[in-house]
Amino acid sequence: MIIEGKQKIWADYQKEIPDDHYFYVRSCIRQSFFPASEVVFLDITRNKLGKDFFENPYHTTCGGIAYHSDAIPQETAMTIIARQFALMHESGYENYVCSCITSFGCYTETLETWREFPELEAKIRQFLWDSCRKELVKPKYLAHASDIIYKFRNEIAAKAMFRLVEAKTGRPLRVVEHIGCHYAKMFPSKGVGGAEYPYVLAGMIEAWGGEVIDYPERRQCCGFGFRQYFVQANRGYSLSNTYKKFESMEPYKPDFIITNCPGCPYFLDRWQYVVAEQTGKTYGENGFGIPVLTYEEVAGLVFGYNPWDLGLQLHQVAVEPLLDKMGIPYDPAMKYKGVNGKELGTPAAPQNIRFK
Amino acid sequence: MLDDMNKVVIKGGGAAGLRAASRLKRNGIDTVVIERESTLGGHLAQWDRLFPDGQKAKDVLDRLLSDINGVEVMTNHTITEIQRENDIFKIKLDDNTVIQADAVLDTTGFDIFKAEKKQEYGYGIYDRVITNAELESFFKTGSDRRIDNPKKIGFVHCVGSRDIKVGNTYCSKVCCATALKQACEMREAFPESEVYTFYMDLRMFGKGYEDLYLKAQQDYGVKCVRGRVSEVAEAKDGRLVIKAEDTLLGKPLKMTLDLLVLMCGMERKDGFIATKNGFVEQNITDEKGIFVAGTAIQPMTLPETIANADAAVLDIVEFLKRRK
Repeated sequence: MIIEGKQKIWADYQKEIPDDHYFYVRSCIRQSFFPASEVVFLDITRNKLGKDFFENPYHTTCGGIAYHSDAIPQETAMTIIARQFALMHESGYENYVCSCITSFGCYTETLETWREFPELEAKIRQFLWDSCRKELVKPKYLAHASDIIYKFRNEIAAKAMFRLVEAKTGRPLRVVEHIGCHYAKMFPSKGVGGAEYPYVLAGMIEAWGGEVIDYPERRQCCGFGFRQYFVQANRGYSLSNTYKKFESMEPYKPDFIITNCPGCPYFLDRWQYVVAEQTGKTYGENGFGIPVLTYEEVAGLVFGYNPWDLGLQLHQVAVEPLLDKMGIPYDPAMKYKGVNGKELGTPAAPQNIRFK
Repeated sequence: MLDDMNKVVIKGGGAAGLRAASRLKRNGIDTVVIERESTLGGHLAQWDRLFPDGQKAKDVLDRLLSDINGVEVMTNHTITEIQRENDIFKIKLDDNTVIQADAVLDTTGFDIFKAEKKQEYGYGIYDRVITNAELESFFKTGSDRRIDNPKKIGFVHCVGSRDIKVGNTYCSKVCCATALKQACEMREAFPESEVYTFYMDLRMFGKGYEDLYLKAQQDYGVKCVRGRVSEVAEAKDGRLVIKAEDTLLGKPLKMTLDLLVLMCGMERKDGFIATKNGFVEQNITDEKGIFVAGTAIQPMTLPETIANADAAVLDIVEFLKRRK
């Protein structure tokens, strides 16, 4: 590996990311999968970094799931997106940031399509007016939320309570970074670091003290793929994709995986249980799996948030081995206690993958 | 008859420039070759053997050099400005020397496509990804630390050619035959190795090229796979994991290699030079008195380059005669 070669590409694929004043839109599914990630993002940006991130309660899905599942035509998805942009303008913002990678891909694709085909933009503008009586004003700037954390990675590092190192030995943690396919594979210039060697998560890992792992199946999809998972008959493809990735990363002994997509952490996390149940194989140490975290969860750990406030108890793969390595204190008795000590219930222990 | 005062400046001392210089000299025309490098020969001087029959590049270059005995050559010089005053060109060099000439012939040739632009192949990132030019240098010198008794070797055709994503939609013409020549040479150098070439379609159009294609497969056991490599990654032991599609079998393919050679095509920073007519005025530019020859016009094989240089000389001689 010639790191200077990657650094040159990273230097070529840097994008301008405005400092402040963003209109924030959520993902449809992340609040179910990783319930604290978006809350933590807003808490970090607003309260730790002192930035202005505004949410309009009337915003909706971007339509991406329906679009990519062929349930709605592109014009419908574009009209939904146009409405989101109109809400941004009505709220007094021009920088648009989304939580979801699929949304980021849809927004990017829509803006690029309108640039190439202005007549289509005019048609959507009319659809928006006819259906919602709203005026389309495109964002001046479009970001994915991981771009924001990347931009402020050094400020976060400066305020960090914990670093991505093994507390006892000082060894940098070995981290697999997994980028959502829709981040830069379609439009490489729109992602930090481009499509082939993205830097958006690698930059966070480096800034927070970890070591980035590059392994042969790094670029491979996590396996979510709308048509792979939503079509039940195709789920074997989804599982085999994830299995392929874990087989490929196993020799590098990763301490954890960081992701920036709604589907990736979910599937990389849950399918480890399925692989273990089907084959008896686990990829972490001592019968555990490899913890899979969103970048907001990792930023939260670095900042010193309580792991259970970050929702890490809802992961399939136990995160305790990672917390122990980083020297992060936690109360095992509180793992399945909700707000005000409410009992959430303890999941049944899987047969082949250690849970505690 | 040509006036003794006729003078032609040739910009570039590669194969086309050397050939044109020798032919202009034969026609009694005073010629100066300006070469920016310290030695003559261009890309030919960097090559070891030539397709289709493995002739030594040095032998061809030596012949071209011996033919220009008596021609004025200025190496380590670049032209900074060309001014026309009436029918005379004033050619200013980087050391402020000014040469007066009646015609200028541009034979500045091509640049080898920068392999790092095709990021998916990992050149400049993964150690064992090399270019065709670097492999040729290995054949010349026998030394390259990256080439350590490779057991499994891949060649990727059309790197930077026929590729709309990098803006080069043309075929570079020499890569198909070069890949098979180099594949055979690697089998000779490393008899235990397996060699694969990944191609879109093989363009073996010249004399002896198809024979090379058959020989590579029948005598050297080179395996030709119709399909492009989609991505390259590095395994823990430093070997390369490639993904491709075998379009004849209709199947994706994954393979671990010890060495991957990228067949980088031809390009020019500011594009190839346009001529007046691609059929009947191939060497004449819109600028009266300025001619062009060789791969500065378009990708060409070496025989085509030499023939094209000859054709340019005919046009220059005719131009000088007509001016009298």
